[in-house]
Amino acid sequence: MILAVASGKGGTGKTTVSANLARTFGAVVQLLDCDVEEPNAHLFLQVEPKGRETVTVPVPLVDQARCHGCGECGNFCEYKAIACFGGTALVFPEMCHGCGGCVMVCPAEAISETAKRIGVVETSAADHITLIQGRLDIGVAMAPPLIRAVKARLQHNTPAILDAPPGTSCPVIATLQDADFVILVTEPTPFGLHDLPLAVDMVRELGMPFGVVVNRFGIGDQRVHKFCAEQQIPILLEIPDDRRIAEAYSRGELIVDALPEYRELFESLMAQIIRVPENTDQRRA
Amino acid sequence: MRELVIISGKGGTGKTSITASFAVLAKGSVMADCDVDAADMHLILTPRVQQRHPFWAGHEAVIRRQKCTGCGVCETLCRFGAVAPGRDVDDSPFYAVDSVACEGCGVCVRFCPEQAIDFPERLCGEWMVSETRCGPMVHARLGVAAENSGKLVSTVRKEARRIAEEEHHGLILIDGPPGIGCPVIASLTGADLVLAITEPTVSGEHDLHRVLSLARHFDIPTAVCVNKWDINPQMTERIEAAARQNGARVAGRIRYDPAVTGAQMDGKAVVETVAPCVEDIKALWQDLDNSLLPSWKILGFTDKHPQSSSIRRPNR
Repeated sequence: MILAVASGKGGTGKTTVSANLARTFGAVVQLLDCDVEEPNAHLFLQVEPKGRETVTVPVPLVDQARCHGCGECGNFCEYKAIACFGGTALVFPEMCHGCGGCVMVCPAEAISETAKRIGVVETSAADHITLIQGRLDIGVAMAPPLIRAVKARLQHNTPAILDAPPGTSCPVIATLQDADFVILVTEPTPFGLHDLPLAVDMVRELGMPFGVVVNRFGIGDQRVHKFCAEQQIPILLEIPDDRRIAEAYSRGELIVDALPEYRELFESLMAQIIRVPENTDQRRA
Repeated sequence: MRELVIISGKGGTGKTSITASFAVLAKGSVMADCDVDAADMHLILTPRVQQRHPFWAGHEAVIRRQKCTGCGVCETLCRFGAVAPGRDVDDSPFYAVDSVACEGCGVCVRFCPEQAIDFPERLCGEWMVSETRCGPMVHARLGVAAENSGKLVSTVRKEARRIAEEEHHGLILIDGPPGIGCPVIASLTGADLVLAITEPTVSGEHDLHRVLSLARHFDIPTAVCVNKWDINPQMTERIEAAARQNGARVAGRIRYDPAVTGAQMDGKAVVETVAPCVEDIKALWQDLDNSLLPSWKILGFTDKHPQSSSIRRPNR
């Protein structure tokens, strides 16, 4: 089973939910930190990476001796990652999606591909949790290829929790693809209420079963609950607005370790998730 | 005309609440909400939308079923795993493109031996020009599961610049997205000043380090503010010291104040309410406003004097 933890709004508690869920999972589990722009899960498991692998994407390399500046590559490229100036092709690797099109359209066979580093995948272990996290290099624009590299290291016979980046665009989609269930984390504030339906639309578009976790329950009002009731979205868990949680979080401690009275709450989350697909069909309404 | 971009690395540190307060304090700047995935500034500034524009960006491959012979060239060539085979009712093979996985590169379109693949433009969202009680605002909404958030951010910024020039506004306030990737890079390249807002937590500290590196990578002067600083004063000290070491200036601190959520519930910027943190935000704004004066470059930007008191105005 692959569980993904996502949210429209940032800072609602995705990593808190993922890491505490992993800790109370009760079996061997993989935790994949797919927020490769700002990976945080390792801070809460307090582990140092055991293994580190470099991740690259293919980008064009022009053999200037062969290039006669016809401009075919630049005309073809949808991303403006290659263009002809003054009779020769110039490459802008940070724009390149690595489709390989320029290599194929070049009539002079002047283009090959070279590997461009975009980041690393780090692996570490904490008790029953295997943590796999991506770390995008500073200045690299495109996160999805690194997210796919993180997910390529997932063992399919072991349960996995995917900690997604915030938002609803391509890095989130790259994370959610092939998940069996999505947990959307929100907070009962106007910003939370505004961003939750965007995330709900996204998950429905992908046709995945999902439920909601309300974090900082008690700070705002009941509108998030009302929305979920109207949309028949199950609320899987409410995490109370408790200053002790915020303080433990600030120190990098897991809630279930620092405040054992919350252990049961997180243990119940898994039971709630297992019940959802049986009771309600959350796919496209 | 100057551009101040507010980013955070980590989400939920208070960017939008603080940017909306700046909009009130700045009196007559242009606002650009560049968090196009989860734009929230309109919830506070309640814009009256004056123009609405569709955002077309890139293309998507669509296979015409009746022309597809099921040869599979497209599936072989696609590097994004976006083409998958299927079987028609009469058991004849065909291929279809998963529009969510398609990155619109056009390889399958070009190399389909039957020329059976169309390549229509893709509607990826919309962008709006609005009027608010604090001045003009440009904002956007990225389509569900859409691509090209960076391009949409660039569109929003370009429009904000056009308005600022035409209507003689001296300042553009940019509410940036979380992270350090494509939409963040699009939000900050070429800006005059980055304000990085963080919180005193291990994640806030870790993520701030990465946004400061990003700002330095693009050579943009950077100021730092720790929001909710009193949740963990020791961590705040540590973050501020590290920020100075990274060449950023500490521009202020904001105390933890439940009134921030209260203001959000009322659709107000925090500085439009009476709350303890208002003086912190005003002091922060004063500091940034001074920094944004054309002379800041001459004054020098790096704070070489670590100090526990965070509010410091440039000598003038």
